[in-house]
Amino acid sequence: MLFEGLAGKLQETFKKLKGKGKLTEKDVEAALREVRLALLEADVNFKVVKNFISQIKERCIGQEVLGSLTPAQQVIKIVNEELTILMGETTSKINLNTGGITVIMMVGLQGSGKTTTAAKLAKYLNKENLSPLMVAADVYRPAAIDQLKYLGEQLDMPVFSLGQRDPVEIVQEALKEAALKNHNAVIVDTAGRLHVNQELMEELQRIKDTAVPSEILLVVDSMTGQDAVNVAESFHQQLGLTGVVLTKLDGDTRGGAALSVNAVTGCPIKFVGMGEKLDALEPFHPERMASRILGMGDVLSLIEKAQSNIDQEQAKVLEEKFRTQQFTFDDFLEQLQQVKNMGPLDQIMDMMPGLGGMNKKMKNLSVDEKQLGQVEAIIKSMTREERSAPEIINSSRRKRIALGSGTKVQDVNKLLKQFDQMKKMMKQLTKMEKGKKKGKKPFPFFPK
Amino acid sequence: MGLLYKFKQGLKKTREGFVDKIDRLVKGKKISDEFYDELEEILIGADVGVETTLDLVEELKGRARENRLGDTEEVKELLKEILIERLGKEVKPLNISQGLSVILVMGVNGVGKTTSIAKLAYLMKEEGKRVLIAAGDTFRAAAIEQLEIWAGRVGVDIIKHKIGSDPAAVIFDAVSAAQARGADVVLCDTAGRLHTKMNLMEELKKIHRVTGKALPGAPHEVLLVLDATTGQNALSQAKLFGEVSPITGIVLTKLDGTAKGGIVIAVSNLLDVPIKYIGIGESLEDLHAFNPQDFVSALFD
Repeated sequence: MLFEGLAGKLQETFKKLKGKGKLTEKDVEAALREVRLALLEADVNFKVVKNFISQIKERCIGQEVLGSLTPAQQVIKIVNEELTILMGETTSKINLNTGGITVIMMVGLQGSGKTTTAAKLAKYLNKENLSPLMVAADVYRPAAIDQLKYLGEQLDMPVFSLGQRDPVEIVQEALKEAALKNHNAVIVDTAGRLHVNQELMEELQRIKDTAVPSEILLVVDSMTGQDAVNVAESFHQQLGLTGVVLTKLDGDTRGGAALSVNAVTGCPIKFVGMGEKLDALEPFHPERMASRILGMGDVLSLIEKAQSNIDQEQAKVLEEKFRTQQFTFDDFLEQLQQVKNMGPLDQIMDMMPGLGGMNKKMKNLSVDEKQLGQVEAIIKSMTREERSAPEIINSSRRKRIALGSGTKVQDVNKLLKQFDQMKKMMKQLTKMEKGKKKGKKPFPFFPK
Repeated sequence: MGLLYKFKQGLKKTREGFVDKIDRLVKGKKISDEFYDELEEILIGADVGVETTLDLVEELKGRARENRLGDTEEVKELLKEILIERLGKEVKPLNISQGLSVILVMGVNGVGKTTSIAKLAYLMKEEGKRVLIAAGDTFRAAAIEQLEIWAGRVGVDIIKHKIGSDPAAVIFDAVSAAQARGADVVLCDTAGRLHTKMNLMEELKKIHRVTGKALPGAPHEVLLVLDATTGQNALSQAKLFGEVSPITGIVLTKLDGTAKGGIVIAVSNLLDVPIKYIGIGESLEDLHAFNPQDFVSALFD
């Protein structure tokens, strides 16, 4: 990340204002400049940013600085709330055509992930007790039809195709087939196209006229930059979108495109794509997206990420250990392995609000394969006693461990120090958890 | 229809979005803070990114003052000059060696790797080179078929294994086959992967390593394919891909939309990786060597 977290920047801005009871217009402007940069850095379209900033300016001016809050947090709270509201009126539900066949059209630019999303959606609908039929209407990209067929095979769900025929005709035939075979949902995978390609946009209109879809979903790559606005606007104008699916959110993009697309189309973001596995279609959480765009961390996603990678039973045991501070080197080793499965550690740290500073201190904890091997060796060279009570490791023990693991004493020292830091961090996390239970809001800028 | 004409047509949308705005700005204003603020906005709106934009405008301001520019039109010319300087002025050719050259192509999902490989194969075949394609995307459904169709259209051979097989093995085989057949270039496709997926990046590292084992000195060229519509995440992509397999050039695709491709400026400014090709259309001939001079000229004239 090129810029430090917004929280840090705002704190910097407000440092000079300590002791003030109220935010003046000038203070707010200085703060909003940082917000503006954060949003731009996250790829929110600059026009959208402009509007948004002028909207929240009023709300910020004259706000009481509550005793327990720092002004920085107050501003972030407002920004986060407004962002959430902006993206918030969404339900991750597909409009069903009750009694008839629900037709869903997938549209978007090349490479945004339409075909994969179509398959994920089929699986999702199947779970909702519908019987979907996927339709291969991308007759342009080489092997696009084969791709959908493969995905259908993987899901064990039917795919309708007629080869390289006119897409409108394919959709017509597919609807007949669906009626015949009692499918109550039809998902049409259309070819990727540029929104400025008039001919292909007209083709989509013809498909729309033929199929009368209950949903036209624009599939948008969450890494899209400023142009997201133009793309969404033009698809919306020409087709009348009903919703958006944001894909590839499992990367490290801040995803400002979500806000841009939402702002220009007014369409809800219905789902997000989080991976290449076919069950990786998830409902959209506006509050998480807001935090992510602001670079404020995303605890909920972190927890989910952890859940998907960590054995539940093991996690329970670990949680108990965190709480009671009985975390040992054995657990540390196990933990490192699991963290490794979750992705780069600094990225995980970035997801934790309030740990931005910690992240810096712990930069040396970044886990790469080699280092991990070294850490493993060091821990394995410890006696059982040492692993569970690292405070007994004195200098002669350190020497022995270094010798045994083929490392230097400094490496052992470093690891011991890191372990200590980690323990402290866990303590902090546990405190946060406790605060929540009592109904206190440990992070005021964090929506409930 | 000359090449330059086509080039300009392809970049028409880019030009309309970007340069028309600058032109309007230049015509309406005197040099003032407001002028620079608006210029900043235009650059950020073109995906140049906050950091690079501030950096560019800073330099522009400084040099405009030094040269005592009084006219906004002159400032525009200066901006062109600075952009060309930042983009590296010259065309950076591919690192093709005397014997067999191996080109590794990588990128995140959906940026257009497979299509770019087809276009590259076409370009090189036109130059009279003997090209072999390695179907290294063994993961995505029908990726191999897609590449096969392209190879057929271009008229080059393809080496493939089954879906799900080891991509490094495919590429190893392709390099060996190329040596046996006396080919000049092997173009290696790889599966799209998000740069944050550690295990997939490790796989790429392995592919890179195995390529070197198949032919010492290979890969001669590692191309990262970037989608022109991508925002600031492209920097992260370039950085993390570069860490596992040092990038020697960038292929920027999908510049024929309304995307402004400003990310090119950010990437060359912050990461110092040359842009080698740009894709401006869907047919085989629509990949062009990136010439910073022409690119900026096409943007402005």
